Amino acid sequence: MAAAIALIFFYAPLDQDGLNQKIFYFHVPIAFTAYACFGWGGWKALRHLWKRDPNADLESYVAIHLGVIFGLLTLVTGSIWARYRWGHWWVWSEDQLVLFLVLFLFYCAYFMLRFSLPPGPQRANLSAVYALFGVALIPVSVLAIRLSQRFIHPVAFDKHGPQMAASQFFTFCVALVAMLALGATLYHLELAGKRLDLRLRELREALQ
Amino acid sequence: MSTEGKYVAAVYLVVFVVVLAYVLIIALKLQRLERELTELAELAVQKKKDEERKAVAVG
Repeated sequence: MAAAIALIFFYAPLDQDGLNQKIFYFHVPIAFTAYACFGWGGWKALRHLWKRDPNADLESYVAIHLGVIFGLLTLVTGSIWARYRWGHWWVWSEDQLVLFLVLFLFYCAYFMLRFSLPPGPQRANLSAVYALFGVALIPVSVLAIRLSQRFIHPVAFDKHGPQMAASQFFTFCVALVAMLALGATLYHLELAGKRLDLRLRELREALQ
Repeated sequence: MSTEGKYVAAVYLVVFVVVLAYVLIIALKLQRLERELTELAELAVQKKKDEERKAVAVG
């Protein structure tokens, strides 16, 4: 992460957008990490339903929890950038923004569903089915920028590849890897904590 | 600092604060788990002592 920040501020050149373009190197990797977390949560949900993997439900929940945090960061960083670039915190007519908000709210509702049910197989199964439905929204959200007719949201990648200098693309890739690594680290940290909590609960029940 | 610089700083600060808050919450949780583990270890030792005492009384 330190290397990514150093590259962003000392290596990547400024383009015609000016200094605010530096937001791109954090905003887009955060959004991609949110998609990756939701995708991983969906994959684990599938594993739960398909293979009956006993750990998959908890892994799916932790991935979606992190996805929501990264999703919130995507919305906040995007809004700050939009305030400077467009003069508005939010533009309701922009498909990319609204679809990402829909995806974010969909996964927020996952927690309402999950915690409205008592722990057990029913909760795990319903949560897994809901998480799988959400996965369908990810490609729609990613491709929304292509479907949009207005293109207020900047297009950094099109069918001809990345629309930036090689040094900028390299910096973006390092920032993306750093953000994914941060996401993976937080995922394992939270998962370890949750598993430890479960084991301790089992141990307490066995001892009392 | 220019207005543009303030917006860039705000974005990086928001990310830093959210990640820091998340790590702090996890750290607090791990502290709680450590306390619980110590409690359970003490409970297990106490239980073992009680069982040994019972075995001696029966023997």
